[in-house]
Amino acid sequence: MDFIAILSIFVLACFVGYFVVWSVTPALHTPLMSVTNAISSVIVVGALIAAAAAGSPTAKWLGLVAVALASVNIFGGFAVTARMLAMYKKKERRDA
Amino acid sequence: MHEGVAQPAWVLLAYLIAGICFILALRGLSSPESSRRGNRLGMIGMAIAVVTTLAIHEVASIVEIAGAIVIGGGIGLVTARKIQMTAMPQLVAAFHSLVGMAAVLVGAAAFLNPDAFGITDAAGAILPVSRVEIGLGVAIGAITFSGSVIAFLKLNGNMSGAPILLPGRHILNLGTLAAILGLIAYFTQDQSPWIFWTLTALAFAIGFLLIVPIGGADMPVVISMLNSYSGWSAAAMGFTLHNSAMIITGALVGSSGAILSYIMCRAMNRSFISVIAGGFGAVASSGDAAAIDRPYKRGSAEDAAFLLKQAEQVIIVPGYGMAVAQAQHTLREMADLLKKEGVRVKYAIHPVAGRMPGHMNVLLAEANVPYDEVFELEDINSEFAQTDVAFVIGANDVTNPAAKTDKSSPIYGMPVLDVEKARTVLFVKRSMGGVGYAGVDNELFYRDNTMMLLADAKKMVEEIVKQLG
Repeated sequence: MDFIAILSIFVLACFVGYFVVWSVTPALHTPLMSVTNAISSVIVVGALIAAAAAGSPTAKWLGLVAVALASVNIFGGFAVTARMLAMYKKKERRDA
Repeated sequence: MHEGVAQPAWVLLAYLIAGICFILALRGLSSPESSRRGNRLGMIGMAIAVVTTLAIHEVASIVEIAGAIVIGGGIGLVTARKIQMTAMPQLVAAFHSLVGMAAVLVGAAAFLNPDAFGITDAAGAILPVSRVEIGLGVAIGAITFSGSVIAFLKLNGNMSGAPILLPGRHILNLGTLAAILGLIAYFTQDQSPWIFWTLTALAFAIGFLLIVPIGGADMPVVISMLNSYSGWSAAAMGFTLHNSAMIITGALVGSSGAILSYIMCRAMNRSFISVIAGGFGAVASSGDAAAIDRPYKRGSAEDAAFLLKQAEQVIIVPGYGMAVAQAQHTLREMADLLKKEGVRVKYAIHPVAGRMPGHMNVLLAEANVPYDEVFELEDINSEFAQTDVAFVIGANDVTNPAAKTDKSSPIYGMPVLDVEKARTVLFVKRSMGGVGYAGVDNELFYRDNTMMLLADAKKMVEEIVKQLG
């Protein structure tokens, strides 16, 4: 992919992000932060490339540490989001 | 490998699908019902991205990688399960710092082993475009890391929430920022290691410098801003790797954090620049000496229970104090008892109540408060005039009528909840001495229709529950 193609994806994704995030209900702003946190750990892709490559041992170890850090975030972020979302309930059920 | 070497089409498609999963994950948050499905899509997207990456690279160290994932994932899962809901702001700050650090490490690895990332030219030097991307990614990542660490320490109480003001900090900050940008520019000409490491070190430093002067109550803005930064650093790395999943995600997270910062700033009627410049609340002690002497009405739990029981409609206004006192569960018990008496109970949430966006909503959800009883500022503000009792618990500045009338007040112009329009205001507060984060006295305390309930928030609500029961 050349630079302009990548830039196009980026700019369009910014617009998508803008509209999608404005449609998020304010009540879910905390889960929004924790889930964006989890998905921004997609940086693990870069970490995996570094950790998988032969060549520089230092780079490999930096990559492995980055994989571990990003994994904390991925598993922790999605799990805590799921835990929060499970708490949002509608009326009736037990109180009625 | 070289930039020109294309990845197979299925790989590009897989990353695109991962990116779309992430978009849908955020889209799901438009309502609580669809949110759980959205979260699952997010997980699927992440799995696709990880598996695709491992599948297309020759993995020399699968055991170590699996080990790193297991260790990291285990820590993450245990933390996510054990964490108290009141500690969410700290947790989010800690998670942000990890993304930042991961970005720095990936950037450093790309600098040390550029061949693995396919960003070298024929002579083996790193491509100039990639140098800018790596430089930016590492710088933003480092700022995210050190800034989030400070935010974590402040939110967790390891560090005073008060703004710490260094002399000449604006010049220092701008100088450091200029130096970082200058180094990134120079990096395109000369890829010596000292340039890379100096710019990394400076970026770590400016993260500390930027967040240290910002007070605890401005944390909703800071934490959203760091959220945004963690996204931009992922996007910068995505440019380096030509990876659409990372770029889409980075853009999503970046704009999400930016929008949240904007919403928080608007809710405080402050400009983003003034929050970042810091120092708000530093003059907290001015003027409360005079305030303490003014007459106010003080009530007991018994009085409060009586008033609440007689009411037709009660609106509860929670704030950070409720979170600190962990009073949300008892509060819901109180609301249940009132409902049994035939009282209509609603909750009103100010956007900056608490220490992060949506903080109060999560705590109320945790206490089993149905979300359709919880309303945002714009949706409920007109109802206070038809309300018998406004029950303010742990909130302060967001109820201050001075924001509407007193032009000299530091919070003038901030949208506030019109609690004073209710027939009676019950205001739970630890003591008359303390003022809110803005350091201003709240004239609401001294109004005829206000009754102060001076006690720890949780104890007071427990007392009221006893009286009602």
